[in-house]
Amino acid sequence: MEDLLNLFINSVFIGNILLSYFLGMCSFIAVSRNVDTSVGLGFAVIFVLGITTPVNYLIYHFLLAKGALAWAGLPDVDLSFLKFITFIAVIAAMVQAVEMVIEKFSQKLYASLGVFLPLIAVNCAILGTSLFMVERNYTFIESIVFGIGSGVGWMLAIVSMSTILHKMKYADVPKGLKGFGITMIVSGLMAMTFMLFSGINL
Amino acid sequence: MGLRNSEIYNTFIDGIWDENPVTKQVLGICSALAVTVKLNTAFVMAMSLTVVAAFSGLIISMLRKKIPSNIRIIVELTVIATLVIIADQILKAYLYDISKQLSVFVGLIITNCIIMGRAESFAMVNPPHLSFADGLGNGLGYGLILMLVAFIRELLGSGTLFGFDVIPEFLIKFGYKNMGIMVLAPGAFFVIGMLVWLKNSITGIDEENL
Repeated sequence: MEDLLNLFINSVFIGNILLSYFLGMCSFIAVSRNVDTSVGLGFAVIFVLGITTPVNYLIYHFLLAKGALAWAGLPDVDLSFLKFITFIAVIAAMVQAVEMVIEKFSQKLYASLGVFLPLIAVNCAILGTSLFMVERNYTFIESIVFGIGSGVGWMLAIVSMSTILHKMKYADVPKGLKGFGITMIVSGLMAMTFMLFSGINL
Repeated sequence: MGLRNSEIYNTFIDGIWDENPVTKQVLGICSALAVTVKLNTAFVMAMSLTVVAAFSGLIISMLRKKIPSNIRIIVELTVIATLVIIADQILKAYLYDISKQLSVFVGLIITNCIIMGRAESFAMVNPPHLSFADGLGNGLGYGLILMLVAFIRELLGSGTLFGFDVIPEFLIKFGYKNMGIMVLAPGAFFVIGMLVWLKNSITGIDEENL
């Protein structure tokens, strides 16, 4: 249990998927100007990550990894090179499925998350989390915790970014730095503050 | 000069300077930053991305009249993912150490917005030879920024270039120290921010994008 809590804290703060691995920057830059939108997108990312990471875990360990096809009588087959294409297909399919389920059962949630779901399919944070999950050999439970933790970390980063940019509207930013430049500098400062969490162990 | 005015040349140069994908279109910085601690990883990453961008442009452009428009994103993703798998396998076979350092970031070329963006906006509507030049130009433009960031980070952060020490002995005796921050994540953000500032000051900025 402590290990899982540790993994969660680690993926939210120290190994923040956005601020220390630079994943999911595209949508981070695009929507971080509006606080409401970034909260919505943040929740959608947590949701999708919480589902796709364990699903990709199951697919990888029962179909793709070396020796995973032993149950089908093919113990020597190693399909792990197919993981990129499989993961991206799983993510796109899951996003589509999640969208349909949400639309069916909760119109209210669909109204707030619906527009963001298609965007998420090509968000590098989602694919990156699945690939990290394979590379770091997480167990099934760990992959769920890691997926949700990365999502929470990403949301924390994007929401704080959008609030900072909101506050900065009236700041006197040098002309050439306006827009993209200052966003990068602020992200750098945020990454520095997030680094203060390193070394925390429960 | 015939070459300077040709369409292929212009498409190619647009990607590198005028429409540089990282600084101008703000695309694809995702995977750009994590591999820029060292020049050699950045170089390999830039080359892989250029090859994938050029060939995905070529293939998608050749297929552009056959792809039904409602499933075009899936077809594009499949083409790109296949090329990325090939690139990854080649790296694993010939440059195993660097491929270990690049870890997941080669795979993330698939979701790199530059490649998808060029496939969607350029290769779908232009003939193959132009799309190839466009992919090559955009890939190299991205690679240029990547190498520049890696150059600054490796020089200031570790005092080396491509792994060789370049800081003269006497400077170290005078108390020169490497900047630890450059090796860490925030350094990449600062360097990119400064580069964008520099480029905006040289070329001027269009007010619409602010």
